[in-house]
Formats: sequence, structure tokens, C-alpha cells
Amino acid sequence: MINPSPDRPALPAELADLAVRARSIRRACLESIAALGVGHVGGSMSVVEALAVLYFRHMRLDPGDAKSPDRDRFVLSKGHAGPALYAALAEKGYLDRPLLLTLNKGGTSLPSHADRQRTPGVDMSTGSLGQGFSAACGIALGLRMDGPRADGTVRRCWTVIGDGESDEGQVWEAAAFAAHYRLSNLVAFTDANRFQIDGATEAVMHLRDLSAKWSAFGWRTFRVDGHDLGALDRTILSACSPDPEADGEGRGRPAMIVLDTVKAKGVPALEGKAESHNAPFGPADLEAALDAMDKEAPRG
Amino acid sequence: MADREMRAVYAQTLTALAASDRRICVVEADLARATGTGPFAKAYPDRFFNVGVAEANLVGVASGLSAAGKRPFAATFACFASRRAYDQFFLSANYAGLEVVLVGTDPGVTAAFNGGTHMPLEDLALMRAVPGLAIVEPADPVSLEAAVKLALERKGCTYLRLQRKPAPEIYGAGEAFEFGKAKLLRPGKDVVLAALGALMVGEARKAADSLAAEGIDAAVVDVFTLAPLDRAVLLDLARKTGRIVTCENHRVTGGLGSAVAELLAEEGVPARLARIGAGADEFGEVGTQDWLAERFRLTAPHIAAAARRLVKGV
Ligand SMILES: Cc1ncc(C[n+]2csc(CCOP(=O)(O)OP(=O)(O)O)c2C)c(N)n1
Ligand SMILES: [Mg+2]
Repeated sequence: MINPSPDRPALPAELADLAVRARSIRRACLESIAALGVGHVGGSMSVVEALAVLYFRHMRLDPGDAKSPDRDRFVLSKGHAGPALYAALAEKGYLDRPLLLTLNKGGTSLPSHADRQRTPGVDMSTGSLGQGFSAACGIALGLRMDGPRADGTVRRCWTVIGDGESDEGQVWEAAAFAAHYRLSNLVAFTDANRFQIDGATEAVMHLRDLSAKWSAFGWRTFRVDGHDLGALDRTILSACSPDPEADGEGRGRPAMIVLDTVKAKGVPALEGKAESHNAPFGPADLEAALDAMDKEAPRG
Repeated sequence: MADREMRAVYAQTLTALAASDRRICVVEADLARATGTGPFAKAYPDRFFNVGVAEANLVGVASGLSAAGKRPFAATFACFASRRAYDQFFLSANYAGLEVVLVGTDPGVTAAFNGGTHMPLEDLALMRAVPGLAIVEPADPVSLEAAVKLALERKGCTYLRLQRKPAPEIYGAGEAFEFGKAKLLRPGKDVVLAALGALMVGEARKAADSLAAEGIDAAVVDVFTLAPLDRAVLLDLARKTGRIVTCENHRVTGGLGSAVAELLAEEGVPARLARIGAGADEFGEVGTQDWLAERFRLTAPHIAAAARRLVKGV
């Protein structure tokens, strides 16, 4: 297990490392999409920082032993952000970075939507929105049935849903389930980037106050800037801390972290636009995006 | 001994297996009383999960349990197992390469008083379109026990089509079963009655008796698994007799009759085919099971009449 579960907020040097990781993931992801010329830029970019903090700080896993039964599990329920996940897996050492350039090409092991049978490090096949979230609940339940690890730590399942995905009834079926079965080893994120395919979530299907909904469903609910690495880290620490409402067996509420994010974050031409969802994105677009990234931090 | 209730056999088999197999868990969607898994819940409360009236989540949670190394048996009425949670079963369970046993109870006319809304006459058609899925409908308690064990051992998902009511035993206790292997219950040289599930195997056997009295020698096959289909046995009998009647508690489209038609056509077997089942354009409706079986022409006299027409060439 490469990441020990952290018991304190990241130090400045650790945050600086996370920032480098996030930039590298963002860049690798954009390169993979540019190699094809089109892809799910928007929803991949909005989740990059969350993936960086999870893979490089909070999830317990070992790329050298990708199938270890002791590992934490990760379900990308908004499966169309596969390209961001693959870039994170490459950064973590599950995949060779050049493989990323095969994204969505015939015969690839990196299909647009995450696929547990094709890609090392992917724990669940997703793509039909709402389904991964149920599966994450089942995985969390299964992990809990196995008890804690030998070192006493909790086996966790982590999952990310979209704000558009939250329209799906299945999400709320699973929300009730996870709270009912007190799956406190489930930590979920909503990538609240405010857009879905047909426009702004408020225009297509206004779900009102997401935090209030999750709280009402019996979840421990947090809300944080999804691009602020330090804030993300601290929020995840809180979400993993013992639940004051836990029962005698330590079973508490599942945690939902609503991430305020910008769709297509880091790609100025597409940031905060519905068109970013599945956008044409070629080498020139890539250069422009990388130039913009350079202005914030030099290319390493 | 009185006929054993099929659902009781299902629950007892699972409960017995769960003693030595800690991976087994049961997932229900507010129909545990119908499935009859109460004894399992009592014996293994920490491996019994009720998701409430939420079939999409039923299959999703079962898929997640499988991804975490468990062997989930998820159940609901066959209409909802197929129609309502199809995408979940297709993707989260099957496409994902997991091991979920989905149990569809009250198939076809056995839905009886629940009526047309609850009457799955298309679940086999839907399930047959799922790559790699095993589809089993046992004909008696003994083959049901075997089916549960085979599903548990199988790499991949299984759809278990299960009538709740008692069914007479056809097989002796030691009978060996395999997915993809049909059982020839009665040899015959004039026509083959190929039947799926307890209700239809029972009717086919009665039909064979009445045909025998008229001098027509009908073979009876318990198809056991619609997928994989026992092509060898069906082709061999179709070649020998030149006549085959498929019998299913289902619409004639997409299920056993369609599978056999495809087989005969592709293999170029010059056999006549008649399909017993609800009509292509008929929805289910309400009534007693017996009334419905007659209403949809599933009973022995209808099977015998279809066989007679093939044999006499009228
Ligand atoms: C069941 C299902 N319906 C429709 C789609 C098509 N689809 C893909 S992404 C998407 C919008 C999702 O919006 P959101 O969850 O907000 O994703 P993000 O903004 O993070 O990209 C839709 C409708 C799908 N993948 N699955
Ligand atoms: Mg969105």
C-alpha cells in the first residue's frame, strides 16, 4: 500500500507536489484527447484536482499490485471522464504514459467510458449514468463485510458522480441505500461543474440545493472548491474522520463532498461552457491550453 | 411426499450453500416475502440486504458486491428484473464481467392475480440478447437445486427464471445437470416437444401421454437452459423426427421458439416447427394461472393439437 492514510492536513511541500501531479494529469489528459481530436474535455478537466488528491494522498492502493484485495476501490460513476482517470492512473504508474495516446482508438484498452475489464486500476465499468453509484454502494458494503485491514484501517470505496448525473433516479435509490446501511466507508463526490449536455444544470433540470438533499438523505455532507488542493485535502480528512453519529459498531453516515468546479477548468476557450462537454479538441487547442497553463506555472 | 414449493427450494438451497460459502449474499427489493428468502435472512442477517422498492439499485448493488468478491443472488418479479433493470443488468453486471445471479420470479402466467402489468412474457427475449448470460428455468425442485449450485460456480452472470409454486419432482436426487445440456425425458420418433420450465415441461409430458393414446410417439425434452442452448440434442431430435413443438410460458417472440427457429434455419434442418406461447401481439392479463394458461394456449391439449397438426400434416 503506497499511500498511508493521512492523519493531518498536507504540508506545504506535499501540496506543492499535489499541484505538480494535478498539472501533469491535466496535461496528459488533454494530450490524449488532442491525439484523437475530440473528447469529453469539460467533465474530465473539472475532476482533475479531486483525482490528484485521491490518487496521491488519500486512496490506499498499490499500482504494483493492482488487484490486491486490500486496496481501496474507486468508481468513476460519471464514466465519461475516463480520460482524466486514465491520465491519473498513468501518473500513478498503472499505465505507461504513451498508452494514453491510444484513447478511443479501435482496439484500445482506454475506452471513452471506464471499463474494469480493459484497464488496470479501474474497479468498475461505468458509462450509463447513475449505475456506478449503486455499484460503489455494493462495493462499499462488500468491503465492509470483509472487516478492517490487518492494520486496523477501514477499506473504503470512493466514487464521483456528476451534477447532471444526479438527475438519475438510481442515484437517489442508492443514496437512500447507503445511508440506511450506514456505509461510512463510502466517500462520494459530486462534481458540481454546473453543466450537463444540454446546458446549465439550472436550466436543464434544477436540482436546487444539492447539499441539503444529501443531508436530508442521511449523508454527512461537505462542500468545497474542487480545484483548491488544500481545501480538498482537509475536507477529505474530515469526511474520513469518525462520524459523531456512528453506532456502537462504528457504522456511521456515508460522506458526500460536493465539489464546486468549473467545467473544462484549465482550457480557457471552453471553461464554463456547455459546448465543452464533448468538444472538438485538436493540437492547436492543446497548444493554447498548455500556454495558458504555463502562465500559471511553468511547464516542467 | 407433497410437491415442494419452488421458492422454498431456492431459499433452502442458498441457505445450505451459504454455510460453507461466505461469499453468498442475498439482495431483495421489497419482495423477499414473495421470493421466500426469509430463512436465509434469519440464518445470515449480515448477508441479507433489502434495497427497498428500487430495482435499478438492486442490480447495481449486487454488481458492486460481486466486484468486491461476493456472490450476490438478487431477486424481484421477473417483469421488473428484466424490463426495469435491464440496462443495469446488461452493463453493471454482464458487460462489467461480474458474477450476479438475477432471479426473476413469477414468470409468464404464473403472475396470475397480479395481472398484465406484472406478467413477463418477454423477459427471456430480453435476456437472450445479453452476451454470455446463462438463462435457466428449472423444471422441478431437483433441477432448481442444481441450477443454484451451477449459477454459483459459473464465471459470468445467470438469469434464473423461477416460479414460486410447488412443482412435482421429475428427477431423482442424484441427477447430474450442466448448463447447456438438455434432458430427454421421453424418447419419441414422431415429434419433439421441447419445453422450458416447470409449468411447460409438465404440460408437454401430459401432451405426450395423450398423443401416445392416439398412436403418436412424442419425445419430450426439458430444455433447462435457454442459453446456452443444447443445440446438439435439439438438432439431433429434429433431424430424426422432422417435427418440433417448442413450449414456453412466454411470448412466442424472442424466446425458446425463436431460438429453435434460428437453429433449424441456420443448420438447414428440414423440420416443421410449431411454437406454443402467448401470441406476438398479446399482452398479459389477470386471472388464475390455470385460466391464463388456457387463455394463452399453453396447456397440454394445445400442445397436443400443435403436434398432431405437424404429424398429420394438416
Ligand atoms: C443513462 C445515461 N443517459 C444519458 C447519457 C448521456 N450523457 C453522457 S454525459 C451526460 C451529461 C452528464 O452531465 P454531468 O453528470 O453533469 O457530467 P459532467 O458535467 O461532469 O461532464 C449525458 C446525458 C449517459 N451516459 N447515460
Ligand atoms: Mg456537470
